[in-house]
Amino acid sequence: MKQVRISIIGFGSVGQGVAEVLMKKQDYLTKMGLDIKVIAISDSKGSFINQNGIDLNSALEQKRQKGTVANVQKTGVEIINEIEHDVVIETTPTNIEDGGVGLENMLASFENGRHVITSNKGPLALKYKYLVDTANLSGCKFKFEATVGGAMPIINLIKGVLAGNDILSIQGILNGTCNYILTRMLEEEASYEQMLAEAQERGIAETDPTYDVEGIDAACKLVILANSVFDMDSTYKDVDSVGITKITPESMLLAYNDGYVTKLIGEVRNGKLSVGPRLVPVGHPLSVGDTLNVASVQTDLAGPVTITGRGAGSIETASAILSDLIAICNNDN
Amino acid sequence: MRVSMDLELKDIPGQLLLALQPISDLKGNLISVVHHHEKHTPRGTIPVQIVFEIDSEKLDNLISRLEDSGVSVVRVGEERFLEHCAVIIIGHIVHTNIQDTIDKIDSTGFAEVVGLTLSMPRVNQPSSAFLKIDATGKKELNEALSLLKNVANKKDLLVIEPIETQFI
Repeated sequence: MKQVRISIIGFGSVGQGVAEVLMKKQDYLTKMGLDIKVIAISDSKGSFINQNGIDLNSALEQKRQKGTVANVQKTGVEIINEIEHDVVIETTPTNIEDGGVGLENMLASFENGRHVITSNKGPLALKYKYLVDTANLSGCKFKFEATVGGAMPIINLIKGVLAGNDILSIQGILNGTCNYILTRMLEEEASYEQMLAEAQERGIAETDPTYDVEGIDAACKLVILANSVFDMDSTYKDVDSVGITKITPESMLLAYNDGYVTKLIGEVRNGKLSVGPRLVPVGHPLSVGDTLNVASVQTDLAGPVTITGRGAGSIETASAILSDLIAICNNDN
Repeated sequence: MRVSMDLELKDIPGQLLLALQPISDLKGNLISVVHHHEKHTPRGTIPVQIVFEIDSEKLDNLISRLEDSGVSVVRVGEERFLEHCAVIIIGHIVHTNIQDTIDKIDSTGFAEVVGLTLSMPRVNQPSSAFLKIDATGKKELNEALSLLKNVANKKDLLVIEPIETQFI
């Protein structure tokens, strides 16, 4: 049995999802010969440490009841620096101004020789190359499937299954909130404002939806995809992005009558990155509805390959993190 | 030039070859043939639609060769616009003079606005337009689209283009 000691830094929706998935999949992991021990969990108020392995069930219970797992006044960075372990699961909230604590956590992990798995887009959308180079120099693995498209395994698809193919372009729907609003606008022939309100009521859109509806979130994901697939060093500021706020239901109907649905599409082509509303032929693989994400990769050998999946949700995102964790444990690249 | 032609063939074997051979002889490039073998015209002939490329000065020669061999040429049309595209425009389209926007494309000579559907829900609210643009080729269509985006940008209009469905 191979013992792997991990920390979960950031215990919000995704961090808790990781804890739940680890509990749920314990037998599965044991069968694979993996003994995953969570030795520390940090949230914004402090940390919970148990060198023998935290009982995840009670940690989740405590989080639900008290709003925090903290029993010691230690930050995530302190845990990374002071407690011996192998893999840091970095699930703190995204900061796209300067990368925030996420960036600090990742760099501290590499400095201490710990592998990093993250769902945090901010640091990668700002300093991708610096992070990857630092990880390589310190001999650490750096996995971030969960940053792009939640459960939709696009990065691992390209890097793993499609290895050997040259990737010519990628286009897709990378933001579930926008896809939901646009899908509902067409269904109800209702305004953007009305369907945004519905999405907020259903917990699909944030109270301040700017990050989603202005295309910033999609742009961040596109940057991570472009950087990792095309070895670029772009930041989200390099993306020519337009959001969905100006789209009218009348325009969607006009397009639909001619066989098109309006979608917020992110695209990398010839080194150019763009996010904006586009017309997608009805029935085209990219014309998925609801909160689904989708990406179509054009390859030289395999032709177009399209993958769709749930772009958000704590368990769905944790699924991507678990697959990265298993890959690290098995020493896969 | 690209030409589309409606022909009528006698319902006896060997007629299709008779219709296509002169195109090949005159070094034309056949693009499509639609042969309605099960359909008959009231005259008892079989309708065939063909599209091909040929030097324009050879077209008259081709038509007389076809007629001489007993193939009736019902219609001849030049396919000037090979590329078609639809775009959505959102904003104060009418107030910012849509005619001027259309003129900009039409005046290129290689692209034309061939359809316009407008939806204006209320005064002072942004309207939506569905524009169909034809162009002589792919490069020309892209040029017309960038022209449109340029004009739209100046008028603060949002242009929504179709995704690229043909990968290069």
